Amino acid sequence: MKKKAFKAALPYTLPICAGFLFLGMSYGFLMRSKGFSFFYPLLMSLFIFAGSMEFVTVNLLLSAFQPLHAFFLALMVNARHLFYGISMLEKYKNTGWKKPYLIFGMCDESFTINCAVTPPEDVDRGWFMFFVTLLNHIYWVSGAVLGALLGSVIRFDTTGIEFVMTALFVVMFMNQWEETNQHRSALTGVGCSLLCLLVFGSESFIVPAMALIILCFLLDRKRGGKEA
Amino acid sequence: MTVIQSIIIILAVVLGTMVTRFLPFLIFPEGKTPPPFITYLGTVLPYAVIGLLVVYCLKDAVFSSFQGLPEAIAVLFIVGIHKWKKNTLFSIGAGTVLYMVLVQTCFR
Repeated sequence: MKKKAFKAALPYTLPICAGFLFLGMSYGFLMRSKGFSFFYPLLMSLFIFAGSMEFVTVNLLLSAFQPLHAFFLALMVNARHLFYGISMLEKYKNTGWKKPYLIFGMCDESFTINCAVTPPEDVDRGWFMFFVTLLNHIYWVSGAVLGALLGSVIRFDTTGIEFVMTALFVVMFMNQWEETNQHRSALTGVGCSLLCLLVFGSESFIVPAMALIILCFLLDRKRGGKEA
Repeated sequence: MTVIQSIIIILAVVLGTMVTRFLPFLIFPEGKTPPPFITYLGTVLPYAVIGLLVVYCLKDAVFSSFQGLPEAIAVLFIVGIHKWKKNTLFSIGAGTVLYMVLVQTCFR
């Protein structure tokens, strides 16, 4: 059962493997170049496991000691995870001991795959999602440690590799689009986000976009909108 | 910053991140039926939030020196090739390679 789930999960994580190894390496290298021992990127990638927030944390560690500021900044930067949780309430049900780990490791990429991919019928869903999460976690930590240890030795042009994440989200968006005839939710997500991006700018549009999306769904439901 | 202080900062970031991941599951545990609106959100949000993620990834592109042109070309290419081949891995790989070639050659 485990083997089958692993075989089903692995291919979906391969693009993330490429992306996370290189991004993780640039993160590990950055930490080293700021004078941190490799334990820092190791522990941070292992326990924070939220790419963008880890880059932000590098700066937090280099400025004045303000733990409350760090806490609230993490809440703001990662607020989108709240939506992931609500989306996965059903899917993570009945996964037993794997559930806390599935939630702990719910980064953008693991969420997207677990949310948008339906594993083949003879594959156990819990194990499939577990391996997706675990493999992505391993790639990220390996990248960070490799970057910290070898970052100054290996140098080649990987400019643009981060686009693999965008590509993944675009393709998953299309797969979901094909799955249903009701495109209102997908369009609400893109529309509200674009609108808030233009109004609030790239630094602070996520939270307003989330509020606007909730508001749209609330109004839509009041008006008697059908489920997507 | 001392080692203890930096550990506290890292713990604060871990805690903040984990609150955003665990909160929905703590408020709406498995045994209890969540309010109807939350169940409704659970069915519509998956479609909306991946749309949000796409925009989130492209957020800085629009304001960059090429105003998102390489990103737009690569995204259109992915949409086209994915409609044609419907091969998830191939679309992601080909789109990324095209983008890397674009930003390393024509859009430096």
